[in-house]
Amino acid sequence: MNEMIIEKSTKKTGNKAKAAAGKKAAIKLKEHIVEIISDSGEGAQKCGQSLGAIAAQMGNGIWTTEIIPAEIRPPARSVAGASGNRIRIGAGYITNGGDETDLVVAFNEQVLLGRVRAKELKPNCVILLESMWRSHSDQKIVASYIETHDRLVAAGYKVYEIPMEQECKKIVADAKRGKNMFALGMLCYLYSLELKLGADQIVLAFGKKDQSVVDANIKLLEAGHKWAEANLDFCYSIPAVRSTEPQLVVNGNTAIALGVLASGMEICAMYPITPATSASHYLSEVFEKVGGMVHQAEDEIAACAFAIGASYAGKCTITITSGPGYSLKQEAIGLAVMGEIPLVVVNVQRGGPSTGQPTKMEQGDLMTAIFGSHGDAPKVVLAPGTIEECFYSIITARKIAETFNMVVVVLTDAALATSQQPFPRPKFSETWMAPPVDQSPVAAGAKPYDWDETTGLARRFIPGQPGGMHTLTGLAHDRDSHVAYDAEINEQTLRFRSLKLAALQKTLKAPPVFGDPKGDLLVVGWGSTKGAIEEAVASMRAEGKKVSSMHLQFLQPLPPGIKEIMQGFKKVMTIESNWSDRPEDQIIDENNRRYSALAILLRSRYLVDVDCWSEVKGQPIKPGTMRRVMSEKLKKH
Amino acid sequence: MNMMSDTMSATACLLQMADEHFELEDYQSGVPRWCTGCGDNAILAAVQRLCRDEALRPEKTVFVSGIGCSSRFPHYMKTYGFHGIHGRALPVAEGVKMARPDLTVFVNTGDGDCTSIGAAHWIHAIRYNMNLTVFLHDNQIYGLTKKQASPTSPIGTRSNTTPRGSYLEALNPLTVTLGVQNVSFVAQAADWIPEVLFDIVKAAYHHKGLSFVRIIQRCPEWLPKALDPWMHDPNKVQLLHHDDGLQLSTGLSRVYKNQLEHDPMNIDRAREIASGHETIPVGILYRNPAVPCYEDLRYSDKLRTPDLTRAGLNAELDKYTVWPQEAKEKVA
Repeated sequence: MNEMIIEKSTKKTGNKAKAAAGKKAAIKLKEHIVEIISDSGEGAQKCGQSLGAIAAQMGNGIWTTEIIPAEIRPPARSVAGASGNRIRIGAGYITNGGDETDLVVAFNEQVLLGRVRAKELKPNCVILLESMWRSHSDQKIVASYIETHDRLVAAGYKVYEIPMEQECKKIVADAKRGKNMFALGMLCYLYSLELKLGADQIVLAFGKKDQSVVDANIKLLEAGHKWAEANLDFCYSIPAVRSTEPQLVVNGNTAIALGVLASGMEICAMYPITPATSASHYLSEVFEKVGGMVHQAEDEIAACAFAIGASYAGKCTITITSGPGYSLKQEAIGLAVMGEIPLVVVNVQRGGPSTGQPTKMEQGDLMTAIFGSHGDAPKVVLAPGTIEECFYSIITARKIAETFNMVVVVLTDAALATSQQPFPRPKFSETWMAPPVDQSPVAAGAKPYDWDETTGLARRFIPGQPGGMHTLTGLAHDRDSHVAYDAEINEQTLRFRSLKLAALQKTLKAPPVFGDPKGDLLVVGWGSTKGAIEEAVASMRAEGKKVSSMHLQFLQPLPPGIKEIMQGFKKVMTIESNWSDRPEDQIIDENNRRYSALAILLRSRYLVDVDCWSEVKGQPIKPGTMRRVMSEKLKKH
Repeated sequence: MNMMSDTMSATACLLQMADEHFELEDYQSGVPRWCTGCGDNAILAAVQRLCRDEALRPEKTVFVSGIGCSSRFPHYMKTYGFHGIHGRALPVAEGVKMARPDLTVFVNTGDGDCTSIGAAHWIHAIRYNMNLTVFLHDNQIYGLTKKQASPTSPIGTRSNTTPRGSYLEALNPLTVTLGVQNVSFVAQAADWIPEVLFDIVKAAYHHKGLSFVRIIQRCPEWLPKALDPWMHDPNKVQLLHHDDGLQLSTGLSRVYKNQLEHDPMNIDRAREIASGHETIPVGILYRNPAVPCYEDLRYSDKLRTPDLTRAGLNAELDKYTVWPQEAKEKVA
């Protein structure tokens, strides 16, 4: 529907963007996906984030996604160097990044080519392209620009050439510093957003700097707006109702850091790793103000060991990492399991195995989170599905870790880490925080591991507690924490540590079903795919298809009721971003097909024939793709 | 502590005095399972004596170890202990100290634990310079895994992995430690000179910062004769003394005549002494109390009350909040 409207507005392709002027009626849209891309360092990221924030202020639903090149400073004007932001703006609540892009602002034609080749643009996408390259002194660049431009026009894209550089230079000497705000001004015009909100964003971003910086940026913003009004023959509006309650707009990593603060945890030990590090960056700054510390350890193992030592002697601590770091921490995680030391481990998943795709999204670490570390090492595994859940999952994780003296792994991924979505501003509750460290004397005769026969739970003794002295050990141990040379004791303690998971499971509620509780197809998912799955399911249901979905936040232990829910459907499948063998491959059959992680878990636990479909392209799976997958599954016998 | 009522009786007062006084038994736990003649026994005796003399409260004292024969040490102390995983005693101890600077933290680590699998942590622990007392139990062999050469095994050491003798020159833990920025205390002791061992353990405990004590110890099981040349010839042991270092008793001086006056503030000289091959230097090689401790630089003295957390969180949330129009106007 969106495309149709755009057709009407831009009849001519390859516009030089000069023809029309004056006030036009805004075309009303339900939603649009906008991208701003540039070489890295040109500020497209900032422009996109600001656009998202402005739209959110207007009451629009948004989902922003960072477009990040793999290198810090890729060569200028390179196809692989696109850096920027993608904002899905909707009239209503937006739960994911959506399908392909409707409108893109590109600072050069090469980064644009990268996006075209990645098939990220809708076939008749509107392109606002910086035109300075047409008159560049280097003839090669001129030729490349003209060739790309003409090809895009021929391919049906609606290309508007914009003299951004030239216009900005009327205001600032170096257009590189400020072109992004000119672009923001244009976009404010194009989407009928209040310019004042754009100025607010500038004050927020540059307020601490010189007033002249703020003034110059506001001038650029206004210039962009004016230029677009005078020269572009179309504009949109995505009407929205302003929320009646305050909304928070942050990305998943910031939400995690805020969750750490809210949970009362005071020590985060980490080692730099993409895409997890920004959570620790933010926390470093926050802790300077509020108290607490981020320890950048010498390596991932040390970070985990440091967190374990701090947790053992005080309040629960956290270590934040990504896949390769998680692998390195495995032995230490096993120690925390054995010693029953509370610990929260965040794994912001990225493409694997090995170094894999550091900046890309994947859900490849579910199995290693649940079953990782040698021996039987039961851990709790949580996976937030939204930015809001990123925040609350840390509070939940801290609480579970300290109640059950367990390791709680929180699995997010690169998509959640870098995406923004508004959610109701949290209202702090004291119950989120850990109680002060117990320093009360221990009763005579009390044992450091006095496991409860039913739940496996034992109170832990913390250094400083008189009478609680014992040596915690990673060796098999008895109730006195004495090294157990008796295999019988080893088996008993394996039982107790495992029982704690069952005890936690007894406190969980059945997951909600999105859609009807009975039907033809149930799609099960976990983590960042939540919004896209539910959007796809909703649109299938609107077409009368009997499809529902269930999204799991607890992966270990699995909550009760799952089997009964699955039994309400003729077919069950998971959609995940981790590898599963393609049934169409010549040598793949039911005897050797490797299923996706969640499908394996569900099949083995519930003896239900759960199929799976997976895509591992480093990008969030688009709702359109999911609709196609669901339709095909419905057709299959 | 805060259990004491306002009307504390004289009896309670006396009881508290008794509470501040400790016997060796107050620190002894279980019967060590080390071999007869193992140097670990001597270290345990010296450390238990230190705890008693300094009246360290058992509940406020933590021994952290890794894996290996020496890392069983915490099990034989009636304090808190943390017997963790191979090589990682130092980062665990750092975490303990950061969370709880009020605790006295000791680290027991072996030559494999510290200078091989945990070598990265060793270097960085020196650099962090947290107030920890670290004992490197160096018997120059892997004991618990049954005789494999360790980084500190002298070249030519026959072991199960080097049946024709080890190939590489031994790593010198003293020179390595003395080469790291922020080093603040380095000493060397020998298990067969208990008097000096105790004095060094005591000096190490009293040093604020990371005290690194390498203790050369015998392994009667796997390298029973390796240290004989030094044990049998007191002149091959060079005792370091100084007004600001160890003072040697007359009894000791009678046996160990090879003595050297060494100012522990002189790091260049310390490096020279540490680099010697023929004699084993025993004493305090380096001490610099002016090096800042990581926990002092990083520990937050802000008590994180719910109110502080609420205020801090709300200040952060304010930065990212989109207010509804009317609420914003109200605020303005």
